Amino acid sequence: MRRSEAVALPLLALLAGLAAFGVFLLLLGKSPIEFYGYVYQAGFGSAFSWENTLSRAAPLLLAALCVAIPARLGLVVIGGEGAIVLGGVAAGVTGASFPGLGIGGIALMAVAGALTGALWIGAVGWMRVRRGVNETISSLLMAYIAIALMNHFVESVFRDPASLNKPSTAPLEEAYRLADMPGMAVHWGLGIGLVACIVSYIVMERTTWGFAARIVGGNVRAAQIQGLPTGRLVLGFTALAGGFAGLAGMVEVSAVHGSANGSLAAGYGYTGILIAFLARHNALAIIPVAVLLAGFEASSGLVQRRLDLPDATMLVLQGLVFVAILVSETLVGRFRLFKPETWVRA
Amino acid sequence: MNGLDIGWWGVPIAIIGGAIRVSTPFIFVSLGECLTERSGRINLGLEGTLVFGAMAGYAVAFHTGSPWAGVAAAALAGMLFGLLHGWLCSLPKVNDIAVGIALMLFGTGIAFFFGKPYIQPVAPDLPAIPLGWWTDIPQLEAALRVNVLFVIGAILAFAMAWMFKATRVGLIVRVVGDSTDAARAMGLDPNWVRLWSTAAGGALAGIGGAYLSLYYPGSWNEGISSGQGLMAVALVIFARWNPINCLWAALLFGGAGALGPALQSVGVSEGYYLFFAAPYVLTLGLLVATSSPTQAISGAPGELSITK
Repeated sequence: MRRSEAVALPLLALLAGLAAFGVFLLLLGKSPIEFYGYVYQAGFGSAFSWENTLSRAAPLLLAALCVAIPARLGLVVIGGEGAIVLGGVAAGVTGASFPGLGIGGIALMAVAGALTGALWIGAVGWMRVRRGVNETISSLLMAYIAIALMNHFVESVFRDPASLNKPSTAPLEEAYRLADMPGMAVHWGLGIGLVACIVSYIVMERTTWGFAARIVGGNVRAAQIQGLPTGRLVLGFTALAGGFAGLAGMVEVSAVHGSANGSLAAGYGYTGILIAFLARHNALAIIPVAVLLAGFEASSGLVQRRLDLPDATMLVLQGLVFVAILVSETLVGRFRLFKPETWVRA
Repeated sequence: MNGLDIGWWGVPIAIIGGAIRVSTPFIFVSLGECLTERSGRINLGLEGTLVFGAMAGYAVAFHTGSPWAGVAAAALAGMLFGLLHGWLCSLPKVNDIAVGIALMLFGTGIAFFFGKPYIQPVAPDLPAIPLGWWTDIPQLEAALRVNVLFVIGAILAFAMAWMFKATRVGLIVRVVGDSTDAARAMGLDPNWVRLWSTAAGGALAGIGGAYLSLYYPGSWNEGISSGQGLMAVALVIFARWNPINCLWAALLFGGAGALGPALQSVGVSEGYYLFFAAPYVLTLGLLVATSSPTQAISGAPGELSITK
C-alpha cells in the first residue's frame, strides 16, 4: 500500500464517520455544525482546552500501543482495559507501601504498573502460543476478570479505611504525583506516552525484532520456516504492549486520581482500539489520532450540556468512525489517484 | 418444613434456580452465534446486539404495555445489527473480527444513547411458568419458576440441531461454512447465506437481550450486560458448534454466574467481586483446556477465521 493512500484513506474514513454522525444528529433535530463547533471550542479552541486535551491524550497513547503492537504480529488484542486497571492498582499500592523515596518512588510505581500490565497481556500471548486460544476473546475475558479483581482489591484487600464514599487505596504522597511538564499545565504522562510511541516506532520499523514481528504478522508459516522464534516473539511483544497499558494505569493513578479506585475503568482501553485501527497500527500515527480523539473526549461534557445529549454520545460517534475505517479497507488499491503510473494511460 | 431454615441447602437450590434464570440469555446468544459460525463467519459484536436488544425490548414493552412486543422488537433490532454485520463483512478485504469489535462498541453506545430515558420507567415483565408447584419449600419453588423464553430456547436448541442434521437449509449453511469453494461449485451464494445466518443469529441475540431487561434482572440500565454476549462466543467454541451442547454449556455458565448471588444469600459476602468473576474465569479455563496449539479444533467449520 502506498504512503499517500495509507494517509488519505483513513482520513477520508474519519471524515465519512464524522459526516455520518452529523446525519445522525440531523435526524435527532440537532445541529452538527454547532456540535463540531463546540468540539473545536472545548477541545482545541484555546490554550486551556489544548492542555486539557493533551492531558487526556496521555493514557490513550499508551492504550493504543497495546492494540497496535500485537496487531503487527497479526494479533487482535482488545483487552488493554484490563492491563490499565491492574497496572493502576499495582502502582497505587506500591506507591502507598513505599513512602519517602522521592523520584525513585515514581520510578518504582512505573515499574510495578508496567510489569503488571506486561504479565497480564503477556498471559494472553502465552495462551495463544501454548494453547492456541484466540487472543481477541481471551483478552476481553481477561479485561472483565481484571475489573472484578480491581474492585476486590480496592474495596477490601487494599482499601484505605478513610475512603468512605469512593473506595480507594491509600492516597499517594505529594512527591509521588506526576508533575506538569515545563511550560504547560500538562502532566508528564504525555511525555511518557510520546516517548513510548517513538520507541515503539523505532522498535517495530527499524530493528530486527520489529522486522521479525512483522514477518510473523504477514505469514506465520513463512516465519517458522525462516527459523524465527515465533512463540517468543509473540510473548515478548504482547508483554511489551501490556507493559504500556499498565503504564497508562500508573499515569492515571499518579497524575490524575492520586490513588487507585474505580475511576480507572474509564474505557481508555476501548478508545485505544479505535485509535490503533485509525492509525493503521503505526506507532507514530497514533500520536495525532490519539490527540484528536482526546479532544473529542475533552469536549464531551460541554457538548452534552449545550446540546442536551446523553453521555453516550461520544460512544456513538466512535462507533460510526470505527465502522467507516473498516469499510475503507475495501477501497484499498481501488483508486487510480494513488497510482501515478496509471495516470498516463487513458 | 420450615422454609426459612434450610441453611446451606439454599446454596445448591439457588444455583439451580440461578442457572436456569441466568442461562437463558446465554442460550439465545450462543445459538445465534452457533448458526452464524456454522456459516463460516464469526460475529464478535453480539455483545453490542445483546445490549441494544435489551434496550429496544424494554422501551417497546414500556410503550406498548406488552412484553412480547418488546421481545419482537428486540429480535428485529438484532436482525438489523446482524444484517449490518453481514453486509460489512461481505465487502472484500473487510475483516469479520474487526467489524465485530466495531459493532460491539457501536451497539453498546447507541443503546446507552437512546436508552437514557428508560432507566427510570418500569416496563411489564415476561411471564414465568411455576414448575415448582409440587414442593413446600419456598426457595425451591422460587428456583423452579421458569421463564417461557427458557423453554423456547431449550426447544430451539434441539430444533436447530435437527435443522443442521436433517434439513436442506441446515445442509446449505454447513456447506457454506465448511468450504466457500464447494458452496460456489454447488451454485450457492456464500455471501447471501452468511448474510442471513448472521441476521438470524443477531435476532436470537436480540431476544437474549430482551430477556435480560424484561425478566432477569428485569430492568434496563447501562450495566445490564457484562460480557454475556462475548462469553457466548467462547461458549460456542467449547460446545464444538453443536446447538444441544450450547444448551448444556449455557446452563453450566448460568450456574457459575449464580454462584456469587447464591453465596451472598446465605450470608457469605467475603470476596463478592471474586465470585462475580467466576463465569469469566470458567470461560477462560475451558478455552485453555479445550484448545490446541497444533491442530484445528474438531467440529470447527472450515471457513471460520478464528480457528484457521
